[in-house]
This record gives sequence, C-alpha cells and structure tokens, in this order.
Amino acid sequence: MKLKNNILALDTTDLKILEALQEDARQTYTAIGKRLGIAHSTVYDRIKRMEQHEIIKKYTTIVNAEKTGAKNITAMMTIYTDPKESERVAEKLCKASQVLEVYTSLSEELQIIAKVVAQNQESLHDFIANSVAPLPGVLRIRTSIVTKKFKELSF
Amino acid sequence: MKGEVAPKVIKTIPREKAFYFFTSIGNYTGESASSLKEFMERINEVNVKSLEFHLYRGDFEKWIAEVLEDKELAEEIRKLQKFNLVGDTLRKQLYTIILRHLEYLTR
Repeated sequence: MKLKNNILALDTTDLKILEALQEDARQTYTAIGKRLGIAHSTVYDRIKRMEQHEIIKKYTTIVNAEKTGAKNITAMMTIYTDPKESERVAEKLCKASQVLEVYTSLSEELQIIAKVVAQNQESLHDFIANSVAPLPGVLRIRTSIVTKKFKELSF
Repeated sequence: MKGEVAPKVIKTIPREKAFYFFTSIGNYTGESASSLKEFMERINEVNVKSLEFHLYRGDFEKWIAEVLEDKELAEEIRKLQKFNLVGDTLRKQLYTIILRHLEYLTR
C-alpha cells in the first residue's frame, strides 16, 4: 500500500482483504488475518487506511427484496434522453426512493440506465408514467422487468 | 354541458398532467398530449399497440375524466372497450369519437 500523487496504490494483500470483506464485511480482523496468513493488526491497519482514503466507502446491507414482501418487482429502465438534459434527468432519478442505481451510457444515443423496485407492475408503471416520462428531456423509455436474479455483488 | 367543458378541452394542460403513450408496462413511446386536440392527433400517429394497451386498462377514460374533466367523452371511450377492437379499426373509432366530440364542443 503506497501513496502515489495522493492516490493510494493497493497491493495484493489489500485486494485480498477487500475480497474477503466483500464476501462478508462482518468477519473479524482475526478471521481475515488467518485466512490470508497475516497478523490481525496488519488487517486492521490496512482497513483503517482504506477507509480514510475512501477506497472502502461504507459497509452496507444487501436486502433480499423478494423475501421482505414489501417491494417485489425489480426492473431495469433504459431512458433515452436529450444530451442537454441527461444530467438533470439522472439527478431527479437519484432522488426517487424507488430508484436504487443510476448510470449513464453512450452508444448510438445517450442513455440513462436505472434499477427500479416497486410493489407490483401497476405501481412500477405509475412511477414511470407519472414521475419519469414527464421529466424534460426524456425521449423514450424501455423497461425490462427482472424475472430471475443469478448474481448480485458490489465491487 | 357544452359551455362547462369547452374551456378545459381547448386549454393546454401542464406537462406533468399530459397523457404519455406507452406500448406496455414501463415502455414509453416518446409521444404525449397536452390537450384534447393534441390527443386526437397522437391517436392517428402513435403505435397501435399503445392504443390497445391504454384503452383496455382504462387509461384514456381516466385521463379524460380526471384531467380534462370531460365525463361525457370519457364515458363514450369507456363504452368502446366492450367491442374488443384492435389495430387500425380501433384507431379509426377512437379518432372519429374524439373528432366528433371536438366539433360538438367548438361549434
């Protein structure tokens, strides 16, 4: 772990610690140390340093929405936008509680890709029709409802 | 009746209350209407799947009754559902009903 131009350069040990945390962020420093063959104090120091440099942004919980019964539809929305308005559309989407993730992508046209959750198809449609389609700069929207999730990890 | 509805029909409504045409759940065509006249024009242009989608969900009658506040036209459109029309036949029927209604309101 070295600082280059104020950016933390990670070595193999750091990457292995991150990998271990991504699998289970609640495991102890000792457990990670044992697994990697290093002292728990080394694990502690490196994690603290990665937290300080915001390489580790936060520890969060991945909720299995299907089992909560509250929000059981996930959809991927592709929004084609006027390039002049795309930032504003993305910012508005970020403020909506139904929207979990927002990305922009440039292929032939500028697109915003957003992951959305809703209680059912009707509430998904209401949200898109009443809160997304009317946003200035939205040209058209394609939505795919997720039928099965095979993998979900965050880097 | 004519005097009560006419101003709202002619008026252009704000963007957030416009009618947005979808072809299925979450799939927005990019077409919208902010007045009854514009709505009639879109009926002629939009993908016919969008007309089928909205008619049988009751979206047209709901928007016309609640936003344009034209209960009479909303009822006429609601009645169209029982004929199970699809494709261009549905498009023609919808267009004719709205055109006739607009002529009645503006004559």
